[in-house]
Amino acid sequence: MKALCWYGTHDVRIARVPDPRILNPRDAIVKVTLTAICGSDLHLFDGFIPTLKRGDILGHEFMGEVVDVGPDVKTLKKGDRVVVPFTIACGSCYFCERGLWSACDNSNPNAWMLEESYGHSGSGLFGYSHMMGGYAGGQAEYVRVPFADVGPYKVPEALSDEQVLFLSDIFPTGYMAAENCGITPGDTIAVWGCGPVGQFCIASAWMLGAGRVIAIDREPARLMMAAERGKAEVLDLRSVDVIEALAALTGGRGPDACIDAVGMEAHGNTMDDWYDRAKTATMLATDRLSALRQAIHACRKGGTVSIPGVYGGMLDKVPFGAAFGKGLTLKMGQTHVHRYLPTLMARIQRGEIDPAYVITHRLRLEDAPGAYKTFRDKTDGCIKVVLTP
Amino acid sequence: MNMELTFPGDAADERARSDRNLSEVERWASLAAGVGLAVFGLSRLKRSGWLYAGAGALLLRRGLSAHCDVYEALGLNTAADPDDTRAALRGARGINVLDSVTINRPIEELYRFWRNLENLPQFMRHLESVEKVTDTISHWRAKGPAGSSVEWDAEIHNEVPNQVIGWRSLEGADVVSAGSVNFDSAAAGRGTRVTVHLQYSPPGGKVGAAVAKLFGRDAETEIREDLRRFKQLVEAGEVPTTSGQPRG
Repeated sequence: MKALCWYGTHDVRIARVPDPRILNPRDAIVKVTLTAICGSDLHLFDGFIPTLKRGDILGHEFMGEVVDVGPDVKTLKKGDRVVVPFTIACGSCYFCERGLWSACDNSNPNAWMLEESYGHSGSGLFGYSHMMGGYAGGQAEYVRVPFADVGPYKVPEALSDEQVLFLSDIFPTGYMAAENCGITPGDTIAVWGCGPVGQFCIASAWMLGAGRVIAIDREPARLMMAAERGKAEVLDLRSVDVIEALAALTGGRGPDACIDAVGMEAHGNTMDDWYDRAKTATMLATDRLSALRQAIHACRKGGTVSIPGVYGGMLDKVPFGAAFGKGLTLKMGQTHVHRYLPTLMARIQRGEIDPAYVITHRLRLEDAPGAYKTFRDKTDGCIKVVLTP
Repeated sequence: MNMELTFPGDAADERARSDRNLSEVERWASLAAGVGLAVFGLSRLKRSGWLYAGAGALLLRRGLSAHCDVYEALGLNTAADPDDTRAALRGARGINVLDSVTINRPIEELYRFWRNLENLPQFMRHLESVEKVTDTISHWRAKGPAGSSVEWDAEIHNEVPNQVIGWRSLEGADVVSAGSVNFDSAAAGRGTRVTVHLQYSPPGGKVGAAVAKLFGRDAETEIREDLRRFKQLVEAGEVPTTSGQPRG
């Protein structure tokens, strides 16, 4: 089959590889009908995540048709159309039983690697480095899905692939980020980053009762989508001082909750961002965090900073004193996709949202290497790329 | 983590308590050679004579105390009956591992699974097989160094249902070993804590164990991964893997 493989920083290629096969009793094989490039794939592309190996197949947002199931999979059969959570969960450990699916104890074969650096390991992820399990990803014609009796969710016939694909990651990720804000009616929510996750944070904040949503980015196309589709007030960080603008917009109080939907590769417009760039460029730091610093600084006293943006290492110059002094709540982590998938699927079915609006580029799997560059550079108004194998 | 393993009756057992690590034959040889060297050295009243006499004195001390510091450092012991786990594993003599894992299954189920020792090779990767001989005696076969195989018989000498299983190797073992697994309930609804304590006298002594550690196969890592596989097997019904999947 054809698959998008990582060969080094800024080097991804389409390669011919063997088809995947059932390796464990609870596996299924899915023939991918639609897949996407995630903003977090760019962290792999840019070499920000360690433990990738030459030839690893990337991709964790995918859906398709079940073509084979292992002997212990009783919930799926060949021909089922499914969307697959990017987090792999066993369904029976302490964490899965409590709905903390992305903290699954049993799905990462390389748990020891994360235990060394993080103390404990979260769940395995598709196509996201060996410390996250080393599972082959879904930017391919076929993919092996472990614990297939727990993860894959059947798609109603009436819904198109484009409508449900983002239930694999970014829609639940945006939704969980908004839920983590603990929104009460009328709250003002500020969202840093108007990429696909940021767009779904905006949409979800409205769903959960926000009174105002303010979106921050520096890309005109993204700000336009946030304003037109997301109905958010927008701030272009290239032309305004974000902290001052947020204070002015909220009568000096600050947003009730701030969402950092940017993560470790922030492009800020302030002094601290140049400091981060110098340190990460020389391998003295792992993350650039100007968005997170602003979110903590801007947030009202007693408010919440919710972080769906991915961070990997030891963050430098975190304004922890500000977070403490204002009594902030910080919430973060990989999305418990399994928890949100059924209810968000129902919202799509009821016509409350059609997540396909974030798609700007519809390409073939063969076009993926070029698409990584377009997406990374945000040229051609690129916000979300979907790929058909 | 290191802990000293003790067995009931140790306090009364002279052999288990003693520092002796030389066999009687070696002990008498040391004494004889020590006397010889001392006499020879003292008879030559030159500087080199004192050296011979000093070496003789050290051998005399080794013979009289039946304790050799070099053996101690290398983890060797020729005094004990080599099959006696109490003597071979006491104190710092064996490799000592303690590890624990919390499993989201009832205590009875985990105890039952473990008590059927023939299940152990399903998650203990270095084990090739465990065969039941009687209810308490079993025959173990494991992967040894450099592709070899080591075998031993073990008996369960301590058993309290749903609490503890203790075992030790019997006479003629390639690997003198003893171990226990304890089961106890974590606070309400938080599963079962499984604690394994393993001691063994490694083939190749402590030097062999240190070399194994250099190559990433030290006992602590092995036990941790064994326990992880045990948990995966009983919680998820399978051990997650990626071996055999495609790559570019």
